[in-house]
Amino acid sequence: MINSENAVLEARDVTIRYGGHAAVKNVNLSIYEKKITAIIGPSGCGKSTLLRSLNRMNDFIDHVTQDGEILYRDTNLYDEGVDPVEVRLHMGMVFQRPNPFPKSIFRNVAWGPTINGLPGDINLRVERALKQAALWEEVKDRLDDSALNLSGGQQQRLCIARALAMEPEVILMDEPCSALDPVSTARIEDLLFELKQNYTIVIVTHNMQQASRVSDYTAFMESGTLIEYGDTDQVFTRPKQKRTEDYVTGRFG
Amino acid sequence: MTLLAASKYRWGEAILRQLFFVCAFISVLTTVIVIGILAVETSSFFEEVSVTDFLFGTEWRPLLEPKAYGILPLLGGTMLIVVGSSIVALPVGLACAVYLSEYASDRARNIIKPVLEVLAGIPTVVYGYFAISFVTPGLRLVFDDVQIFNAASAAIVVGVMVLPMVASLCDDALRSVPSSLREGAYSVGATSYEVTARVVVPAALSGIFAAFVLAVSRAIGETMAVTLAAGATPNLTLNPLESIQTMTAYIVQVSLGDTPSGGLAYKTLFAVASVLFTITLVMNLLANKVMRKYQEVYE
Repeated sequence: MINSENAVLEARDVTIRYGGHAAVKNVNLSIYEKKITAIIGPSGCGKSTLLRSLNRMNDFIDHVTQDGEILYRDTNLYDEGVDPVEVRLHMGMVFQRPNPFPKSIFRNVAWGPTINGLPGDINLRVERALKQAALWEEVKDRLDDSALNLSGGQQQRLCIARALAMEPEVILMDEPCSALDPVSTARIEDLLFELKQNYTIVIVTHNMQQASRVSDYTAFMESGTLIEYGDTDQVFTRPKQKRTEDYVTGRFG
Repeated sequence: MTLLAASKYRWGEAILRQLFFVCAFISVLTTVIVIGILAVETSSFFEEVSVTDFLFGTEWRPLLEPKAYGILPLLGGTMLIVVGSSIVALPVGLACAVYLSEYASDRARNIIKPVLEVLAGIPTVVYGYFAISFVTPGLRLVFDDVQIFNAASAAIVVGVMVLPMVASLCDDALRSVPSSLREGAYSVGATSYEVTARVVVPAALSGIFAAFVLAVSRAIGETMAVTLAAGATPNLTLNPLESIQTMTAYIVQVSLGDTPSGGLAYKTLFAVASVLFTITLVMNLLANKVMRKYQEVYE
């Protein structure tokens, strides 16, 4: 479908059910290295469920069953021998609403690397992550303040720093700007371009402008089915499917 | 003619409103009366016994000669029960709540929760009997020198008695921690244990603390089990295997006896009750304050 590049993650015939209801149906999708892949679609189309399957976050939801494979460089993340904790060391995640821990700014970022015993100086690691998340200048003098005192946009950048401090290969973002104002949203979009140099990013968004602005590839889902996947330019300007066209031109959704 | 009908007086509503007010007022009135009587009787007690003797005296012998009115033995007895029951109820209750909220499947939860509620519904006199007929003989198998009535046995059953409350309140506190916080912790490679011990429990700490304070308050006020199992020996001791007497048990003992009303012995009831009331009131206020603080954190 897309010219041969390095696929970091590959979903093969993935079907995810909540009880009897299939939220994701037979999806095949490749995520390419150091690119931004956007997953768009109307509410309830299964895009977040698909995203959460990439770091085994659905493990915590009762009655979820999954068929098919998610290959991470040839290893199926759902193989019996695979430790889900290990999976999440490689796939960081940023959530819909900022969810910092009720701890200090420093501890929010340092916690993950500390419990996992990542090497190197923790202070440097925290500083680097906060700089990458474009938050350092705002918080460097109050690292011991509670993270809950930060604004929503700052909290979300802190959550990005928290993910970056783990130095994952992939960062999964589940509508990271949906709870933010336009200024904070713009800052995070700028940040995505910076992060793309070092990280592979998958972003779920219901905001089509955002998808067209930031992503290299766009996947359009509807009712659990992957309708179309391709270069973002192509999906938005020359969609191959009628339903994609209807959606991106705003005829529904 | 206007568009809207003229307002009319609704008799039914007015009467109901008054009725509800009366109900609310009765509870306030009762409290005020209880506090008033306690205050009057206690102050007349202090006309005959000095406050210092009462609060710092180490002998409690109000019914026999030579008389002594130091409350410390009763306070010490109550504290032995509080400490002992806390050792049982707080860790086990918290662990139980952690299991229920973080680990248990829906099925396990649906079995354990009702069982805990049954435990909470057992009459306290049954616990008292259980202490005498089961816990004390058990203790005697393990330790020498266990008196028939002893603090340890009562403390253990009081612990079991408050356990459901601790578990239930801690469970509420843990469940009020948003699941997004757990997901955030899992997303940086934490194990279930790390998520629970280092994120969820700390985030719920004020709720857990409030649960502990309420449990202690409940143990202080517990009457029937300690009256039956802990004995009636005002005894300033740290040895839980000895017979003691708590403030509540003293009140029961004197109330049941033939102490003439109006005498000094009768007034000791109110003095002891005042101390009991003050302690539990302070504990409950403290718990409320802590609870309110933690409710503010996640809204």
